[in-house]
Amino acid sequence: MPALLEAQDLEAQYGWTKVLHGLSFAVEAGGITTILGANGAGKTTTLRAVCQMVKTGGQVRFDGGRIDGKSTEDIVRLGIAHTPEGRGTFVDLTVEENLRLGAYARRDRSGLAADYAKIYEYFPVLAQRRRQQAGTLSGGEQQMLAVARGLMLRPRLLLLDEPSLGLAPLVVREIFRIVRAINQEEGVSVLLVEQNAAMALDLADHAYLLETGRVVMSGPAADLKKDDAIRRSYLGY
Amino acid sequence: MDILIQQIVSGLATGGIYASLALALVMIYQATDVVNFAQGNMAMFSTYLAWSLLQAGVPYWLTFGATVVIAFVGGLLIERVVIRPVEGAPILTVVIVTLGLLVIFTSIAGWIYSYIQKPFPSPFPSEPIKIGNIVFGAHDLGAIGITLIMLVLLFLFFRYTTLGLAMRAAAQNPVSSRLCGIRVSWMLGLGWGLAAAFGAVAGMMVAPVVFLDPNMMGGIQIYAFAAATVGGFTSPLGAVVGGFLVGVTENLVGTYVSFIGTELKLTVALAMIIIVLLVKPSGLFGRTTVRRV
Amino acid sequence: MDAPASETEAAKAAPGRARDLAASRRAAARPLGIGALLVVLAVAAALPFFTSGFRLFQFTQVLIYAIALLGLNLLTGYNGQFSLGHGAFYGIGAYTAAIMIDRWDIGYGWTIPAAGVVCLVIGFLFGRPALRLEGLYLALATFSLALAVPQILKYFEHWTGGSQGIVLSKPKAPYGLPLTEDQWLYFLTLGVTVVLFVLARNLLAGRTGRAIVAIRDNHIAAEAMGVDSALYKSVVFGVSAAYTGIAGALSASAIAFVAPDTFDVFLSITLLTGIVIGGFGTISGAIYGALFIQFVPNWAQDISKAAPWAIFGALLILFMYVMPRGIAGFLHLVWIRLTGSGVAREKGR
Repeated sequence: MPALLEAQDLEAQYGWTKVLHGLSFAVEAGGITTILGANGAGKTTTLRAVCQMVKTGGQVRFDGGRIDGKSTEDIVRLGIAHTPEGRGTFVDLTVEENLRLGAYARRDRSGLAADYAKIYEYFPVLAQRRRQQAGTLSGGEQQMLAVARGLMLRPRLLLLDEPSLGLAPLVVREIFRIVRAINQEEGVSVLLVEQNAAMALDLADHAYLLETGRVVMSGPAADLKKDDAIRRSYLGY
Repeated sequence: MDILIQQIVSGLATGGIYASLALALVMIYQATDVVNFAQGNMAMFSTYLAWSLLQAGVPYWLTFGATVVIAFVGGLLIERVVIRPVEGAPILTVVIVTLGLLVIFTSIAGWIYSYIQKPFPSPFPSEPIKIGNIVFGAHDLGAIGITLIMLVLLFLFFRYTTLGLAMRAAAQNPVSSRLCGIRVSWMLGLGWGLAAAFGAVAGMMVAPVVFLDPNMMGGIQIYAFAAATVGGFTSPLGAVVGGFLVGVTENLVGTYVSFIGTELKLTVALAMIIIVLLVKPSGLFGRTTVRRV
Repeated sequence: MDAPASETEAAKAAPGRARDLAASRRAAARPLGIGALLVVLAVAAALPFFTSGFRLFQFTQVLIYAIALLGLNLLTGYNGQFSLGHGAFYGIGAYTAAIMIDRWDIGYGWTIPAAGVVCLVIGFLFGRPALRLEGLYLALATFSLALAVPQILKYFEHWTGGSQGIVLSKPKAPYGLPLTEDQWLYFLTLGVTVVLFVLARNLLAGRTGRAIVAIRDNHIAAEAMGVDSALYKSVVFGVSAAYTGIAGALSASAIAFVAPDTFDVFLSITLLTGIVIGGFGTISGAIYGALFIQFVPNWAQDISKAAPWAIFGALLILFMYVMPRGIAGFLHLVWIRLTGSGVAREKGR
């Protein structure tokens, strides 16, 4: 069965500098895949490349069809939601308006009200702060808002860029718990990019390890967790 | 006292015109960090188009509506065709392009319509309106009314429609907007269209008073800059409030301070700009940006 | 977050070899560059003997504009402070010269440094309170200055001759040199231009230049590294005003007439246009820009008598499409392509 998202020899560059040197990876439908790596490995660039936010080479397939060469706005409409690094919150708009924007690109607008209710169930703190200006939310709350905004699209694939960045471990754990619930209950596939290898490997089914723009290791998450080299370099023990 | 109220109302009328043009400037600045130097001249050109329609016998309010629509489409097209090629260029490059537009519009208007002043009709009766002891010009009250109606419509559009929300989002955070599927480029075009529409209204309201000629909007654009500075270049509400403030202040100073005749009235605008820049550069409603390094 | 780190890693990976190659290419290009410069100077010096009258006067005006543009570029291009008001300094310089010559009977030669000093002081004094203003707000403040100066000039009629202005006479060549007035003025201006350009280049090439550019790129970081941003910015404002004032003083003698309305907002806008077209943050850009603002409006008139400014406006826009970084920027890109100097080291930017 072909994967939901497939990248083949994906390259990417910023200006004159090449950052990704021919990546190949896949996300299975209904699964959670994680891409790990140190700072500067090219993880964020990978997600940006999938959404065509940078100049790319190589092939990217979503649900069998090529998406490299399409515009970001069109890719979003196909059902890929991207929660960017740093959350990308619309800080001057209210929480509710942020969520409304998440649903902007939706093809089918039926059940919108029900979706709001569901989001508020997953993220009760957002319900409380519905009319608050998004910029006044704490870091963890903004991360939840970013994920929620992505979910309002009713996406088939959710791209999560370093959700743990700058957040307390307890908050990160909560967010990861919600992501797992969304994956299992809504069937949303997830491509997670993370520096926090331990938590990511707990969550994911499959993992890739990136080093300076190349995949150096891949396999089931459980296997990578047991690997000695990974333990020493990335898990710290 | 009566004179004071008359002057205030008169000031509000001109202030409404400054507010419309200032709002146009701020809308584009917020979305692109570019000050559209051609805003006033685009408004002037729209007013000339209205004049042509009126000459052809089209009734006033139909002309008004048609001109607003034409201006909107024109503004949209200008952004898509002329500004788009330099969308990613340094800010000053885009500013030079708007200067080019300024010069083109003035020149073409002069070429087609000549530089001789033309009268432009007002849709409002010429007999003044008397409320109690105070006499108001009908055109003044009408201009205030039209300005307020347009502002309310714009507010409702931005606040309560999805498209308005998308435009606000695109102006604030283009990257995240793309990730929501918003076509940011087109939102920019819409912004220019709306700005041009507002400019056209300002032009049609001010032409009956100052007479139509290619350099008509020159002084007014300076007042609009003052209005946006006073209110805050980052706040549409501020631009509107600033516009009314500048209009009223200019009128009152002109009336009550003896040595400020009509020539030095412009100095009032300049003084307001300097004072605001010295005290609070971001204006009354503008946000002082806290820069994080 | 990933990109910058990867970029530096990639740059480090392209090792010293590529850098050495680029450096050796630049060293080879240096005699070529100096040769070209000498040719240009030779042509410039020979010009007055091949053209005369109005044409020569136009070239003198080009040099004058070049000085003014260099001043403005110093402030806006290199130091990042937007000025929409340099027409004002041009006017102040011109009037300083005119008043000295007409009212106080001082020789025109002295007017040049005098205008420089006057504008240096005024520029510095304006620059100090304007420190807090950035970008748009500084542009507005200088815009107000540009608007105010013609009014002020008209107001102090006793000194300035009001709206009528002051009429001067063109200086004659000294020591009985066999030069016409136009030729003498040209050489005088050429001399001043060369001196000022060399001064500017030395200023920008050293530590001061780097500090100035650092302030433009990230003044907070610059301050954190010990650059007294406030002092530098005010001084650059003053020097920039001085250059433009000197240009104004030269123009007073060249045109032999000053009037308030000549130094209006439109002049400030023309100067700004000049540096963007010529090349933001470059020295050679001042010359290209000066050539543009002097000659292109005339060409536009040749193309269309009816709406010449429409043609000019269209040319402005087309220029910005093709060369968004100005003529100097464009030539730099061409040079890189031709010589293959690898990763572009953007001049002064």
